Amino acid sequence: MVIESAHEFETQDLLLNVGPQHPSTHGVFRMVMQVDGEVVRDIIPYIGYLHRGAEKLCETMDYRQGIGFMDRTEYLAAMNAELSYVMAVEALAELEVPDRAQWIRMILVELNRLSSHLMFMGAFGIDVGVFGTPFIYAWREREAIIDLFEEISGDRMMYAYLRPGGLAWDVPTNFVARCRETLTAVRQGIADFDGLLTKNEIFVARTQGIGFISAADAIDFGMSGPSIRASGVPLDVRREEPYLKYNDVKWDVITHTDGDVYARYLCRLGEMRESVKIVEQCLDRLEPGAIMPEKMPRMLRTPPGEVYIRTEAPRGEFGVYLVSKGGNRPYRLKVRSACLSNLQALKHMSVGQYVADAIIVLGSIDIVLSEVDR
Amino acid sequence: MPTGLLGLNPWLDGVVRLLLIVGLMTVVAMGLIYIERKVLGRFHARIGPQRTGPFGLLQSVADALKLIGKEDLRPRNADPWTFEFGPYMVFIPIFLGFVVQPFMAGFQVRVLELGLLYFVAVSSVSIVGWVMAGWGSDNRYAMIGGMRAAAQAISYELPFVLSLLAVSMLTGTLNINEIVMSQAGVPNIVWQPLAFIIFFIAALAELNRPPFDIPVGESEVVGGPFVEYSGIRWSMFFLGEYASLFIMSILISALFLGGYEWPFGTQLGVGFQLLLTVVKASVLIFLIIWVRASVPRLRIDQLMGYAWKILLPLSLAQILINGFVLVYDLPKIVLTVAGIGGVFALVWLTERAIRRPRSARASAIALSEAAS
Repeated sequence: MVIESAHEFETQDLLLNVGPQHPSTHGVFRMVMQVDGEVVRDIIPYIGYLHRGAEKLCETMDYRQGIGFMDRTEYLAAMNAELSYVMAVEALAELEVPDRAQWIRMILVELNRLSSHLMFMGAFGIDVGVFGTPFIYAWREREAIIDLFEEISGDRMMYAYLRPGGLAWDVPTNFVARCRETLTAVRQGIADFDGLLTKNEIFVARTQGIGFISAADAIDFGMSGPSIRASGVPLDVRREEPYLKYNDVKWDVITHTDGDVYARYLCRLGEMRESVKIVEQCLDRLEPGAIMPEKMPRMLRTPPGEVYIRTEAPRGEFGVYLVSKGGNRPYRLKVRSACLSNLQALKHMSVGQYVADAIIVLGSIDIVLSEVDR
Repeated sequence: MPTGLLGLNPWLDGVVRLLLIVGLMTVVAMGLIYIERKVLGRFHARIGPQRTGPFGLLQSVADALKLIGKEDLRPRNADPWTFEFGPYMVFIPIFLGFVVQPFMAGFQVRVLELGLLYFVAVSSVSIVGWVMAGWGSDNRYAMIGGMRAAAQAISYELPFVLSLLAVSMLTGTLNINEIVMSQAGVPNIVWQPLAFIIFFIAALAELNRPPFDIPVGESEVVGGPFVEYSGIRWSMFFLGEYASLFIMSILISALFLGGYEWPFGTQLGVGFQLLLTVVKASVLIFLIIWVRASVPRLRIDQLMGYAWKILLPLSLAQILINGFVLVYDLPKIVLTVAGIGGVFALVWLTERAIRRPRSARASAIALSEAAS
């Protein structure tokens, strides 16, 4: 055979459809990968499979009913999502939240951050290819936290426990003791993860130098949360615009400079340790008191106005933009999803790397599809 | 013509032996599936199967019945012949490998003079089945999986065979039975620690067990070549996987751990010999399951690099050392010392290779710039 031109050696790239039903897309995310052998040349993401119109639905409902939609928007960190929403409503209605409610809120959102990061650790372990072990380790500790939440709120995922003005009801009397128990378990769980994955040769080889994104690019993409802190940007809403009592406790913003998948993993691991510290300090300072403002109207009405409140959810900045034209329901509600912004960087981080790497890059962003699509 | 079992005529004898293989292997594979699920459950901080029968013992039976009852689907665009015969091509060579496995002195399906060569030959055929399944399914995940399987098998066949060669150099035979009997005093692992470790790693790769389960990588290619299979055909892959796990552990124990022999006396009863074989194989199987529970999956380039850049040169070095010792008639202790040195070299090289250089960040930047 005579080879006439270089074109005879040219091969076509393969289009590989990943998702919406795929073990590693963490929900119903779909991406079409253009692969050349094992190397990813292009990624076309498709989102919207889980779009429920939650924002629009909230406009038809009372402020308190909207809380349920926030739970479902970010189901792995429902407390954090609720917090942004109720803080937005409080800002509009000019409600003062009692101290005790603030401390309890802080404990709950930090515990939820722990449970969400544990979920990440487990799912990420599976993405990297450990058969089940980290996943079930993660679920063991996450179970302890969820049990605690169940005792408090009566539900394991959709808590609807935070209310504009404070909390739905006070925590049980054994709350502090149960929290300390849970923290002991979680601290052990973090140590287990550290032992299982952090120094594992293959884990390091698989994650180091993969999915790099520079600080400048991360800012351009509007990333937030551990994903941007791993690139060396110390962006943390808890530090930038302290809400609740974050100024009254000692904690550090965990940053890494490598900007790769391993750094994102380490960031989350470090954040879990910080969360444990925060919760411990909160427990020490928790005092009896009211959990709702004294003059709480039976029907919550807000004066006209608009407000944007952001909090630091486990995946990044979870913002709620609320417009009111008076009355008892929002005129417009917009959720600023950290996952959506973080997901934009997927292509940037994974093109030119292997198929297996693209999977763990997606895992390292730690998306929740219901938050991306809403 | 060798004399038949129980004095049967050779044809009938052949059939009896065949049934023996298939029956025994099926039972063993089902048992192993149960053991794996139970042991893995313990590693995962859970209990494992417990509802079907006492201690969940009937779980595999229930699974088998369910799989037989399932519909055997074939995608419309699949190539009928390659799709349907893929599982058999995986399954049959694995069962053929059973022929030469030594369980007790003089009890094998067939004692072959070139047993090792036979084993290597038949065991490498099953990769054809993987590629057939991957190609015939008309599914891109399956195809990527099949290609990965082929690449992996070709790479790891070399260190696999070379470390076998090291053992057969030492014992001077390819007959597995004789290799076992030559270890009545000291098992081969003492003389060949490096070859043992290389063989164990290569065997993991041959078995597609973690960390080398790249062809079936659940989180990437969703089961690879098996993705389109269902029911009985899928269960054949599964059965084949566990049958080969069993065969491989028997082989490793025969070649390196002394099989049915041990250092404390040679006149062992048949039952005791069988016990020794089973115990040694069980330890290896447990080890393999342990590895599965604790390590992540390698990436395809890391896997290939590891085979070609580290395992292959080291197994060649092992052969070279064996050659020196045999030719110059050096004392055997030289082998042990060199072997242990080799193991340290292996660990050091692995450590070096697997840790990315400090310039990881630079290379990542270069990659992302090249892409944009």
